[in-house]
Amino acid sequence: MVNTEEQTTVIQALNAAMADAMEQDDSIFLLGEDIADPEEGGVAGVTAGLSTRFGDSRVRSTPISEQAIVGAGIGAALNGMRPVLEIMMMNFATVAMDMIVNHAAKLRFMSGGQTQVPLTIRMATGAGLSTAGQHADYLEAWFAHTAGLKVVTYSNPADAYGLLQSCIFDNDPCIFIENFLSYSVKGGAPEKGSRVPLGKAKVVREGSDLTIVCYGAQVSIALSVAEKFAAEGVSVEVVDLRTISPWDQETVFTSVAKTGRLVVSHEALKAFGVGAEIAAVVQQELWSSLKAPVRRAGAPTCPVPYSRPLELAFMTSVEDLETEARLLLK
Amino acid sequence: MDNQQGPTNEVLLELYKKCALAKINDENARRVIMNGTLPMIYYSPRGQEVIPAAMSVNLRDDDTICTIYRGMHDMVCKGVPVDALWAEYAGKATGTCKGKGGPMHITHPESGCMLTTGIVGSSLPIANGLALSYQLRNLDNVSVAYFGDAASNIGAFHEALNMASIWKLPVVFVCQNNRYGEHTTFAKATSVNKVSDRAASYGMPGIHVDGNDAIAMYNAAKEAIDHARSGKGPVLIEAMTFRFYGHVFGDQDGYMDQAEKKRAMENDPVPKLRDLVISRGIASDAELTEMEAAIDSEIKQAIEAALSAPWPDVDELGKDVVASAV
Repeated sequence: MVNTEEQTTVIQALNAAMADAMEQDDSIFLLGEDIADPEEGGVAGVTAGLSTRFGDSRVRSTPISEQAIVGAGIGAALNGMRPVLEIMMMNFATVAMDMIVNHAAKLRFMSGGQTQVPLTIRMATGAGLSTAGQHADYLEAWFAHTAGLKVVTYSNPADAYGLLQSCIFDNDPCIFIENFLSYSVKGGAPEKGSRVPLGKAKVVREGSDLTIVCYGAQVSIALSVAEKFAAEGVSVEVVDLRTISPWDQETVFTSVAKTGRLVVSHEALKAFGVGAEIAAVVQQELWSSLKAPVRRAGAPTCPVPYSRPLELAFMTSVEDLETEARLLLK
Repeated sequence: MDNQQGPTNEVLLELYKKCALAKINDENARRVIMNGTLPMIYYSPRGQEVIPAAMSVNLRDDDTICTIYRGMHDMVCKGVPVDALWAEYAGKATGTCKGKGGPMHITHPESGCMLTTGIVGSSLPIANGLALSYQLRNLDNVSVAYFGDAASNIGAFHEALNMASIWKLPVVFVCQNNRYGEHTTFAKATSVNKVSDRAASYGMPGIHVDGNDAIAMYNAAKEAIDHARSGKGPVLIEAMTFRFYGHVFGDQDGYMDQAEKKRAMENDPVPKLRDLVISRGIASDAELTEMEAAIDSEIKQAIEAALSAPWPDVDELGKDVVASAV
């Protein structure tokens, strides 16, 4: 499914995933602030060219109205469309939380299965660009804590393409998390129409002494840590969750049963984060296989800071993850 | 307003029948709550029946509505069947939503009731989306957002009306101004005297109408729905009315002006419409009495059936959360 000869970037892969989906299915349309070409194809240019190709009715720039954007997506989805929404920054989803949490997530259940909301909400974030506390939060745990939402992110172009395709054609609301710094990441090109199944993690590096479970931009950090440990003769397995919720317990359990040691690493706050859930479940289910308590790497409990040294200290780095891993190996 | 023709006799009778259905259904709801047969959280729309009745006789079966927790009248006027409605009120497996939604969240797509929200203002952005789907598919359906006067003060109202206007969406926004938002008066909470004045801010027609006057409300509904259906864009209707039984049924309504409430109840719009139907010779008192008895009987049967229907299985907790297990 991945052409390792031909290289592409994440931004190209995301653009292609939407273009290929729209070509295939008339019920797919895009809404978001500045996403059409006259407005330069989105703040990062992810949708560039799509309004020119598919028309400004199907690829619509919207007012700065996150509630109305998500509401429009929900209503259209109730009538059988497959809207793909761009919320410019993950933090801006906070002003649409009623629409996302009270409505998109719950309407299938609350209607007794009579209606469904096949909606994809793309949103980008990420510390490292000195955008501070209102443009760089990692809110995946908020969404994962809401029944009815699927929460997805990628670490490479082929997964970005295949996961976004799966979200668009999925019959439930999917929160698709993008990272601004990831857009230029290169990797093998996806095959047209290929989908990465939701709820399936991927072992991106095999190992036998320790497992790192991570997702998104943390995958490359985890691979760097694994490389460092390899030089010392310690074999690290890296699991890329890809779907944060529902997470792939089978793949994680298999890995931890083998290695007996687990660090969960994410960019979001460590406290009350995705890592806490995974750590709790793994310790409950695999207690007798564990050689040490599960550890977590994540951000400290403070808003994303502006000043460069503060921001670097906030971000979950190779050193942070390495420190946690070493505590496991003591 | 170009169309002041008013409804035909046949349509006026249908409009009355819808009002009677909503009124009698409400009387039964309050009865079973008060006598302890079926305690539930219930927001009575008694007094507001003419508005959705007049809208519904102008809507097609395949048009859609989004309503709110005080929306029983909107639902039954659009065609939500009372047996499934009552089973949902009772939390039973045979309810519209298998007992998973309850009185505040009735959904019945077959009759076009796509959403009932418990969140003030949230019917509007979602009605836009239904309308957007019609526009994208070149269909001439219309969607309706029902909401109260207080919803015109929440941000979703502003975002939704602006978006509907710039995109000329086929949606009708129907504000049922019943003079109170929860316990606070409209005047105390709102910067304008008329919600319909706000339409000008969004470049759309705003209609201020006596929602308790069946003929005036019919004309307003027809004009707005025709406008939206013909591709001219959204309309905001402010239909003036009054809620007779407080915010949540059972509250002591000490916050209400009792003289105003008394006057409103003396001017109950449903018997007034009944008198009109009789005075126009459309139906006799005896015929209407018979029709009302039949409605009441159907509702009482629905209640009995709901009470004896099975509860949902507890394993329903794991169903309908997502489409299928991943």
